[in-house]
Amino acid sequence: MHFEWMMIPYSLLTLFIVVNYGLLLTALMQKIGARVGRRYGIPIWQNYIDLVKNYGLRSSITHGVMFYLGPVFRLSGGVGLLLFVPTIYGSVMFSNLSFAGDLILALYFVFFGALGMALGAGESGHPHAAIGVSRGLSQMTAAELPFALAVFAVALQYQTLSITEIVAAQQGAVLHWTLFTNPFAVAAAMLSFLGSMMRPPFDLVLAPQEIPIGPPTEYHSSYLALMQTNRVIFPIAKIVIYMNLFFGGAASWPVFFLKVFLIYLFSLFVGVAFPRFRVEQSIRWFLVWALPLGIVAIVLV
Amino acid sequence: MKAELEKRIVKGPDGIEFEVDPLQDYYCQEAPTVMPAAYSKIVEGFFNWARAESLWILGFGTGCGAIEMRPLMTPRFDAYRYGVQWRPTPRQANLFIISGYLSVKTLKRAIRSYEQMQNPKYVIGLGSCTINGGMYWDSYNTLKRLDYYLPVDLYIAGCMPRPEALLQGFEDLKEIIRAGKGEGANQYAQYFDWYKMNQKQVIHDWDMPDYNW
Repeated sequence: MHFEWMMIPYSLLTLFIVVNYGLLLTALMQKIGARVGRRYGIPIWQNYIDLVKNYGLRSSITHGVMFYLGPVFRLSGGVGLLLFVPTIYGSVMFSNLSFAGDLILALYFVFFGALGMALGAGESGHPHAAIGVSRGLSQMTAAELPFALAVFAVALQYQTLSITEIVAAQQGAVLHWTLFTNPFAVAAAMLSFLGSMMRPPFDLVLAPQEIPIGPPTEYHSSYLALMQTNRVIFPIAKIVIYMNLFFGGAASWPVFFLKVFLIYLFSLFVGVAFPRFRVEQSIRWFLVWALPLGIVAIVLV
Repeated sequence: MKAELEKRIVKGPDGIEFEVDPLQDYYCQEAPTVMPAAYSKIVEGFFNWARAESLWILGFGTGCGAIEMRPLMTPRFDAYRYGVQWRPTPRQANLFIISGYLSVKTLKRAIRSYEQMQNPKYVIGLGSCTINGGMYWDSYNTLKRLDYYLPVDLYIAGCMPRPEALLQGFEDLKEIIRAGKGEGANQYAQYFDWYKMNQKQVIHDWDMPDYNW
């Protein structure tokens, strides 16, 4: 296959736009959450300052090799996920490596960062980290089931595993979106989406009042800064997959910004309205409510 | 020394016996060092600005003053507006507020939490008790002067200071940090022996390593 060197600056540009948008979007979401509690919330540029501060700390300590690699795996999971899906449909500049990977690869990348994080947090040796990891992996397994079913339903529906072709099939009119052609798959996937956004009622990995703050308890300075960078990339990368599979993709950056914002807002709305589940409630919820929707989606297709 | 901290032979579940020395194995024995600032003055100034605008407070209330910090998270005072946030772990925090009186028992935990924080780190003494003992001036187990034991950057006087006073205190601390004077962590490392001597004078059951980050 012919390799275009131009792809490298193009991908870096995509990454740059997404990181900046993510930093602002995350702060905006926190502000909206604060507004629900009648507070002003953090300044919109606060995430940049936190990032600079954490990179600028003078000392840092390590607990071992995996402690180093945990945040790196996490970040590569986020970046990899972003680069293997077409960010802007039909654009040569921002399609990145989407021709090379299919849906299965994207599904793998969604899990990859969490596994790296589990190993890294495990080596930090803090009991809260171990509890957080076990909670996170069990919840993630339950939440991924409906998502996987929805993805298979979509793949069956369009008879392809290529994300680009799935987006192409949804172009033309709003009613061509998977949202309208296969609503059960979208419903199952959106319920699963709640489980991966670290917001109530499914924020039992971080669980601020129980196991503060879970896996990253021992992480600080540059390690933490790497994870913060990933925390702004990964949700967007994941939302891009949802946008491409279910909401017709985005043909330009303004549409992209709007759709990502709205999908993100969905998890925030649910988050401010409901208190946190316990871990067994959360898993049962996914198995009872989200999983049957996924099965229905597969059966109907 | 507690029994659980003494050197002992442990038999694992698979029958292998091994030696455990908790003080050596679980803690770091290295003394803190003075960390130099960034090479360039401009870069250091930039970092100092970022440190000032992003104060992460360790969520550890030592005395009654801790109750004055809670309103700061609520709609009425909302300290998040000023870049002040709370972190539940000392690893990620860079501001330690000794909130009110500090008993000898709590001092031990305060020292361990402080030493787990990363350089640069700041300490605020909240309330009169941290300055001269305040209303606990004749108590047998309350510390009278905080800065014998930890390097304090700023005191907020009062018994208790109102949340508004705390907000003003944060603004003052920001100015100190921006001016490059918030070097408590380096001061602690430089006069480490003096601080340890003071700490050991009041903590009689010293059952932890001298430095435990």
